[in-house]
Amino acid sequence: MDINTLREFKVTVEPDGIALILWDMPGRSMNVFTENVIRELSVIVEHVAGNSAIKGAIIASGKPDSFSGGADLTMLEGIALRYAAAVKTKGEENAIREFYDETRHLTLLFRRIETCGKPFVAAINGICVGGAFEMSLACHRRIVSSHPKTRVGLPEIKVGIFPGGGGTQRVARLMPTDHALQLLFRGDQIKPDFALKFGLVHEVVRSEDLLDAARAALRKGVSPIAPWDEERFKLPSNKVFSPQGMMIWPAANAIYRRETYDNYPAAKAILQSVHEGLQLPMDQALTVESRYFAHVLRTPEARAMIRTLFVSMQEINKGARRPKDVPPAEIKRLGIIGAGFMGQGIASVAARAGIDVVMIDRDEDSAKKGRTAIETKLAESVGKGRVPPDKAFETISRIKATADYHALAGCDLVIEAVFEDPKVKAETLGRVAALVGDTVIASNTSTLPISGLAKAVSHPTNFIGIHFFSPVEKMMLVEIIMGKETGDRALATALDFVRKIGKTPIVVNDARGFYANRCVGAYIREGQLMLQEGVPAALIENAARMAGMPVGPLALNDEVGLDLAWRIVKGTRDQLGDAAVDLHQFALLQALVEREGRLGRKNGKGFYDYPADGPKRLWPGLTQFAQTARDPDAIDVATLKQRFLIAQALEAARTYLEGIVTDPREADVGAILGFGFAPFTGGPLSMIDGMGLGHFVALCDQLKAAYGERFDVPASLRDKASRNETFYPRAPHQAAA
Amino acid sequence: MADAYIYDAVRTPRGRGKKDGALHEVPSIRLAETVLRAVRERNGVDAKAIDDVVLGCVDPVGEAGGDIARAAALLADYGDTVPGMQINRFCASGLDAVNFAAAQIMAGQQDMAVAGGVESMSRIGIAASGGAWPSDPEIAIKSYFMPQGVSADLIATKYGFTRADCDAYAVESQRRAAVAWAEGHFSKSVVPVKDINGMTILDRDEHMRPDATMQSLGALKPAFAAMAEQGGFNAVALQAHPELESIHYVHHAGNSSGIVDGASAVLLGTKEAGAAQGLKPRAKIRAFANIGSEPALMLTGPVDVTRKLLARSGMKISDIDLIEINEAFSSVVLRFMQAFDLDPAIVNPNGGAIALGHPLGATGAMILGAALDELERTGKSTALITLCIGAGMGTATIIERV
Repeated sequence: MDINTLREFKVTVEPDGIALILWDMPGRSMNVFTENVIRELSVIVEHVAGNSAIKGAIIASGKPDSFSGGADLTMLEGIALRYAAAVKTKGEENAIREFYDETRHLTLLFRRIETCGKPFVAAINGICVGGAFEMSLACHRRIVSSHPKTRVGLPEIKVGIFPGGGGTQRVARLMPTDHALQLLFRGDQIKPDFALKFGLVHEVVRSEDLLDAARAALRKGVSPIAPWDEERFKLPSNKVFSPQGMMIWPAANAIYRRETYDNYPAAKAILQSVHEGLQLPMDQALTVESRYFAHVLRTPEARAMIRTLFVSMQEINKGARRPKDVPPAEIKRLGIIGAGFMGQGIASVAARAGIDVVMIDRDEDSAKKGRTAIETKLAESVGKGRVPPDKAFETISRIKATADYHALAGCDLVIEAVFEDPKVKAETLGRVAALVGDTVIASNTSTLPISGLAKAVSHPTNFIGIHFFSPVEKMMLVEIIMGKETGDRALATALDFVRKIGKTPIVVNDARGFYANRCVGAYIREGQLMLQEGVPAALIENAARMAGMPVGPLALNDEVGLDLAWRIVKGTRDQLGDAAVDLHQFALLQALVEREGRLGRKNGKGFYDYPADGPKRLWPGLTQFAQTARDPDAIDVATLKQRFLIAQALEAARTYLEGIVTDPREADVGAILGFGFAPFTGGPLSMIDGMGLGHFVALCDQLKAAYGERFDVPASLRDKASRNETFYPRAPHQAAA
Repeated sequence: MADAYIYDAVRTPRGRGKKDGALHEVPSIRLAETVLRAVRERNGVDAKAIDDVVLGCVDPVGEAGGDIARAAALLADYGDTVPGMQINRFCASGLDAVNFAAAQIMAGQQDMAVAGGVESMSRIGIAASGGAWPSDPEIAIKSYFMPQGVSADLIATKYGFTRADCDAYAVESQRRAAVAWAEGHFSKSVVPVKDINGMTILDRDEHMRPDATMQSLGALKPAFAAMAEQGGFNAVALQAHPELESIHYVHHAGNSSGIVDGASAVLLGTKEAGAAQGLKPRAKIRAFANIGSEPALMLTGPVDVTRKLLARSGMKISDIDLIEINEAFSSVVLRFMQAFDLDPAIVNPNGGAIALGHPLGATGAMILGAALDELERTGKSTALITLCIGAGMGTATIIERV
């Protein structure tokens, strides 16, 4: 390979001996590390190192407003496959050694940049994250632009891996250890001024001055030796085993457990790499980091999280489910019927995305109240510095509140978000349909079948469900529900809208509870039944969180409302009979709601008490619902954790086999985004695939024998298991990043 | 198998473990020298008869590092032939030193040994020796590391001891210690620490607060709440014990063991070796045991090790006349008494570390000496000595008067 025939880079040696390395991959909007990029960059670095005419180098991006998004994670999938094959042909230890060597190419390349004897300057404009920022950290100087899109950061942890290209070692040598760990744990993208303050970069300049600033730095002199390779280097927080270290490490380990319940090997590997690495010179520190990296990459958690939270998420957000031949729908004006809590949330996120909103309620007063509530929330966000004042003003200015349905004229989409009652919804939808012609109408129902509601509109093909989760501002998932007659245009419009407001859609077919709420229902029910078995309430809540759920089932039920749960269970029994409900659950909710008047957080009394002057506490009266008093020390916590995840995963599998959710990627992304299903599993179907369907079925059979019919495995799942199938295709999933 | 007899036990007074404590000016080796010299000289033992000196020390760094036992033996004029060894099993080190020496004697490999411990907490600082357990993520996370005070609060929460229970126990410890000093219960074993001129630096335990009342203790803020909440240790406690909704913070400086300086030494030997020195044995080591217990609760090891020891030696708890259990924290003793349904009168009758202080590596041999003195004073026969230990361990020894 020759320096003049590169594909991914352009290298110019300027008259004063500065090599300008422009990273500009053809056919991509964003630079990423691929195997070819690594090859070419190695050639460039050796050229710089070996050519005496070159005094120093600048690495910059040829893209207008981005530096690089880091490594193409699908590259890791390829390496993992080669490893799996090598285990069979070469034996485990040889295979691991090859895997280790392959996964530390970037580490060695970056270390070569750092130690090749010539100064390198990273000139960063736009986003520079992951492996790209790790490369920058190995450069001898980092200059970033003040461009509004410029961000640096190491977000690897979010997809179950960690900065294994020297990132943990260099960050921990630049920042005090506690700050470094926080940066690595959180994976935040950092603005230029903060990066400068934290010492992650050396200089911030205007974008147009970036390259000149880099040239000026080189002319002035940049040491080609990293600070940590100097004899006199002192660690920012002193030695690991020192009084300062003792102030940091025990708490860091505890906080890791608090934040992860020890479910995330990558987060632990960050701690281990930094703890061990800081006690070593850089080359050995990088070796240790690489060992942990190779280990983490082979964990089921990393594989599952990369697939679901990186690959699948990207595909879904790019419109994997959008009908290809429908022209893009431009949503400029949105109608919302109902200025209640959900209506306000939808209006707010739409307006923030630049959509004009008409929010209608039954009278002017209710509509205005809804708008005022949005305004108040926005003001709070401004107060907390989360939203710039001008953005808040622009947002609220886009929202018009009225009681006049004629204001819907000119809307590109109308979303109904009125009270969850079939009659009220039908009436509202009928009224809207009569006014808007063939505009797509959507219902934001969480429980009512779309095909039933479709009877109220004149064009059922233009009618669809768009189910937002509460609170709308925070929850990233939207369930798009296809009624029996819903057409492609409605689907495309709904997806285009969801994309515009920056949320992630999954497309599901129509059935009671759709997808997410069915799984959530199974989760909450499991907690309720444990309570009746005599499991202490605290243990139920803690075990659920230890299993990876963000909120305990009892706390979650309090948020949703015990009265709502009671209405659903009662309604189900009224319509479908005793067999359709769990009678233990029925009795518990009846006693809580009807006898004790405990409705949940809304009236300050649910499974928890909500004192005005302190945190919520579990209601001591819950012990009366235990059918037997059990010794907490004799209860197996692992089984409780398993029951929570299996109950939900089984429900997810049922919805898939019933054709409600049709794509495993959507089932998994939807579960993690919609109800926080243990992210380290990659989602319920990934979890089942990971343990093997046969094993999963056997577990369900055991749980059924011990705990009841709700763990009954549908015949279709048993068949699938006996055919040794998986939910995901077995072939490697190759995606364009 | 030979029997290991106890011929004598001495200790220094316990100096407040701060810069203004009386023993702060005294180097660790001088504390150790004081007890080694006293236990040999007052028994007229020929140093050549001593096969080994075993000293416990929990933070053996700096002046206490590098095998302080050999250095102290040389300083105390034991002569060239007496070797020394420093051991560490955290808070039980002093008792483990005694057990170690006893084991050598029982195994017939030694005839006479001195065992004890030394800790100058004011000079070295608690946890100065560091260690992988709290720091290295791999083991800290796996073993649910948390500061001992948080574990003590976890024990109180799990076993239902309130702040009032813990304070009441502490007040009683102070009361008993005051009575013990007033009535001379410690006079047999406490030897003063003197300066180079022979002037006494300290001859009395310095940490005691005999005026402590429920009211005065009630004014103290929980000591471990902030650390637990901010350092994430409360989450560690709850993940180890998810049956609890939250941790009740009940411990503070007034119902936890005091930080002090001190040293202890016990003279052990076979019957024949003692006779050769003209000594009469005071008691016999009947049995001892060690155990690992749940690391998160950390300090419940005395319960487990006592069960193990009783079972191994074919004894029942009712065979024990007197119990000395180290008062690391009120909840440790309360849990021990709860587990064996004990009469509080036979547990730590002369107070314990809450009143007197806990010089980590030295305490085990100190409370063994206290038990021996009390057996003799009251004419009773059998005592159990036990301590809770960091990282979840327990050591216990049963002694019997002869």
